[in-house]
Amino acid sequence: MSTRKLPPIVAVFALALAVGVATAQAPNLGKSIDPAEIAAWDISILPDGTGLPPGRGTPAQGAAVYLQKCFMCHGENGKGGVNAALVGGGPVTGIDSGKTIANFWPYSTTVFDYIRRAMPWQQPRSLTNDEVYALTAYIFALNKLIGENDEMNADTLPKIKMPNRDGFIIRFPDKL
Amino acid sequence: MKQTPDIRSKRAWERLEVVAGNGLIDRRAFLRGGTALAAAMSGYALVESAAAEPLVDEPWSKTPGSIVPAYGSPSRYEDTVVRTLSNPKGEPRTQHARTPHHLLNGTITPNGLHFTISHAGNPDIDPDQHRLVIHGMVKRPLMFTLDTLARYPMISRVTFVECGGNSSPLFAKEPHQANVQALHGLVSCAEWTGVRLSTLLDEAGVDPKAKWIIAEGADAPALSRSVPVTKAMDDAMIALYQNGERLMPGNGYPMRLLLPGWEGNMNVKYLRRLKLVDQPGMSYYEARTYTPVLPGGKAYLFYFLNEVKSFITHPSPGLKLRTRILRDFRHRLFRQRPDFEGDDFSRPRRQLGPGGAPGAGAEQSVHPLSRAVALGRRTGSIAKPRVGRSRQRAADARAVSRRARREPEGPARHRVQRPALQRSDQLGDRSERRGEACLRVSFRRSLPYSRSL
Repeated sequence: MSTRKLPPIVAVFALALAVGVATAQAPNLGKSIDPAEIAAWDISILPDGTGLPPGRGTPAQGAAVYLQKCFMCHGENGKGGVNAALVGGGPVTGIDSGKTIANFWPYSTTVFDYIRRAMPWQQPRSLTNDEVYALTAYIFALNKLIGENDEMNADTLPKIKMPNRDGFIIRFPDKL
Repeated sequence: MKQTPDIRSKRAWERLEVVAGNGLIDRRAFLRGGTALAAAMSGYALVESAAAEPLVDEPWSKTPGSIVPAYGSPSRYEDTVVRTLSNPKGEPRTQHARTPHHLLNGTITPNGLHFTISHAGNPDIDPDQHRLVIHGMVKRPLMFTLDTLARYPMISRVTFVECGGNSSPLFAKEPHQANVQALHGLVSCAEWTGVRLSTLLDEAGVDPKAKWIIAEGADAPALSRSVPVTKAMDDAMIALYQNGERLMPGNGYPMRLLLPGWEGNMNVKYLRRLKLVDQPGMSYYEARTYTPVLPGGKAYLFYFLNEVKSFITHPSPGLKLRTRILRDFRHRLFRQRPDFEGDDFSRPRRQLGPGGAPGAGAEQSVHPLSRAVALGRRTGSIAKPRVGRSRQRAADARAVSRRARREPEGPARHRVQRPALQRSDQLGDRSERRGEACLRVSFRRSLPYSRSL
């Protein structure tokens, strides 16, 4: 209905009502926050490498960190212990196949991201970025995905093409 | 009938066991129990004439009761109605707590029995210190406290949450001897109350180029999942209340993302951050864990939907049978979207009546979200021929999605479309076809039962 034919007072009232409704639905109580204030929480990394922090690490450096902080759960040379193996893994053939970094994980950034946000189990987010790069390098080298002297950093890490990158079917493309 | 069973006593019924190996209830017990079983299964009430003791005032009727507690808890006699724990010592791995559906009835799962999966324990979050941040591709990054969110208009929604891996034991090579709690305990239903996520996103002003939201929790592993913006704007909620009270610690206290009909893991608990981005984050849980592998080795990515689930709760494998248990089949159906209206479920070939017998007066419990029917069906001889004239009796709980029917030739759409991996004569079998979830509970019926028909 157009408000043109209404007496002006009604139109004004209707407008006020509409504004009132809009206000009720959007109280605008959120406090503006500066991206700098979010920095400590903003650990998202995208598969193209967006969000990777400065830093670097080599497999050798990672091996040292690994012995100190990962060995207890993931075993010698990443072969698995009370928790998952980080190396090897046979071909994925069905629902019972074990998923490993080498045979399944589609993106190298996921490895960095998961170590940084969730590891070590007892002290997540206690590693420095250099340590995370080094551990990522160590694990990739154990899996022969990079050379033993290859350094991982924000530039080199996302360029690794994981073996199973193309092993996925998007289940519901219309939902994306 | 020539047998005069001793099975009229409750104790004898409780001795009924599930036979290891084939998943069928002990045939000897059935034979022993001939008459009573036939009576129970055909719906005739058991007459317990031996129990004709005079009524007395019990001790609890003759003395004042206990002090009313500030926060109530169930009767001490209900202490077996609990979740089962996969990792009770809290070892450094995931913990699962499964809902005892076979011991519950009704729509809502009590908060203390709502299933929980915790990938690194339940965090002890101070609600006054908790913050929710919305940032990334937005005009105005925003931060909310629990208090400010509580001042927003809230909506309530009864919806189930189901782990993406619920019912996975049915995909094992060998059938599991397990009850409904072990098989299907990673789904629960609650009334969730909270703030529409779209309200908050509108305030922040989402960049049209943003296609995904990375949701992250304040728990130890900072669990993170990527959610399409379309879903977030559609029906997502920041849930603050669960069945009227604040969320349970195992369910995301003080706030969680609620994505009705989408796999549990995406309903990020302890929600503290929503980052608008132009591509999915490919987090550990979405790119590695919740990616079902198909025969041949390809895996599904972004397997979001958990829209329909149906299973029988009574009888449940391993459940101690009592005299009345076979008189009614009970099942639960969880559905989410209007696509799954009840009038579209497959027609019963025979509807189960009291006692599991075909006929009128079906007693299966149908809760408000459920309009599915339990199907009673006699099948042929079971696998082992030496059983002779015994027959197998099966009940199916089945839900068929309208959408799947509407698009029979279209792309596979529903989570439940998985190949049947188990033989149909096994207890706990589930065959799943397009848009259809089916759980079959099977048990033998003995000769007296067939006579009772």
